Amino acid sequence: MADLGALFLRAAFVENMPLTYFLGLCTFLALSRRPDTAFGLGLAITVVMGVSVPLNQLIYAGILAPGAWRWAGMPEIDLSYLSLITFIGVIAATVQLLEMVLERFMPRIHASFGVFLPLLTVQCAILGGSLFMVERRYDLAEAAVYGVGSGAGFALAVVMLGAIRSRLAYADLPAGLRGLGIAFLLAGMMSLGFSSFAQMAAQ
Amino acid sequence: MAASESLWSTLTAPLIRQNPVMLQILGICSALAVTTSLDTALTMSASLTVVVVMAAGVISLIRRHIPNSIRLIVQIIIIASMVIVTDQFLKAYFFELSQRLSVFVSLIATNCIVLGRTESYARNHRPLPSMVDALGSGLGYGLVLTLIGACRELFGSGKLLGHQVLPLAEQGGWFTPLSLMLMAPSAFFLLGGLVWAVRSIWPEQADAPDFPPHDLREER
Repeated sequence: MADLGALFLRAAFVENMPLTYFLGLCTFLALSRRPDTAFGLGLAITVVMGVSVPLNQLIYAGILAPGAWRWAGMPEIDLSYLSLITFIGVIAATVQLLEMVLERFMPRIHASFGVFLPLLTVQCAILGGSLFMVERRYDLAEAAVYGVGSGAGFALAVVMLGAIRSRLAYADLPAGLRGLGIAFLLAGMMSLGFSSFAQMAAQ
Repeated sequence: MAASESLWSTLTAPLIRQNPVMLQILGICSALAVTTSLDTALTMSASLTVVVVMAAGVISLIRRHIPNSIRLIVQIIIIASMVIVTDQFLKAYFFELSQRLSVFVSLIATNCIVLGRTESYARNHRPLPSMVDALGSGLGYGLVLTLIGACRELFGSGKLLGHQVLPLAEQGGWFTPLSLMLMAPSAFFLLGGLVWAVRSIWPEQADAPDFPPHDLREER
């Protein structure tokens, strides 16, 4: 159990998706102008990652991994080169399904973060989560914790950036720095802050 | 003559003035992670350029046969196939580099530049212009990556492409490496500074302020 807790903290803080691996930056920067949209995006990402990473783990371990077909008498089959296409397909299907379920049963939640769901089909952080899961050989429980943890880390970072940027709307910045420029500098400073978590983990 | 001139401007426009990374916030996800050294940055730019040119060419060739309702899925599958080929090629011939790039080559599949180019340009243009346009975007991306990668490697370890350029202090030279340059935040700072510089030179790229400040000088 302690391992899973540590994995959650590591995924959320030490290996924060946007701030230390630069994953999902497109949406991270584009949708962080206000904290409430940022919160909706963060929630959507947490849900999609929490569902798609363990699902991809099951598919990878059961079908694609080298030697997964041993039970059928074909131990030499290695389908791992198909994992990229499979993961993209699974993520797109998850997003689509989630959107339909939310629209049908929870229209209020759908209204609050449903607009971000289609964007997440090609979100680097979500695909990156699945790819890291394969690279680090997580099992099913670890994959679920890792998915939710890194989603939560993304949500935390994007809400914080949204809060800072909404404050900065009143600041008189140099013309060239407005918008994208200052967002990068802010993200850099937040990333500096998050890198101190890495020091804490090392001790 | 006019045709070749417009091809030339399609190729050169994305380099600085319409740079996909700096102006359109596209594709920075992977752009920053691989720029700790120049050789990974160059490999990444080359892979992305190859993928985007091939995908644009293929999609443009079959653009009349793709049903509109499933075009995104078709495009993503074509792009993902190109990425898998590139990834396998790198693993076969440049194994060490591909280890250092880890998952980021695969992440080209979700790079917004590729999908953006195929969706907005290749889908309704002939193969040659779409490939030139894709090449321009790939080169624009590569330019930013190369700049940042060179800065980070030069100041972070005093090397360029693995050769010692600035003599290190501990080896009798004068240069003390900035370890910050090898860490994640420096990529944000460098790219932020680059955006600032470009937008100061070409002010028309700057974002409009959310709440324009009252200009006191006019009232006086």
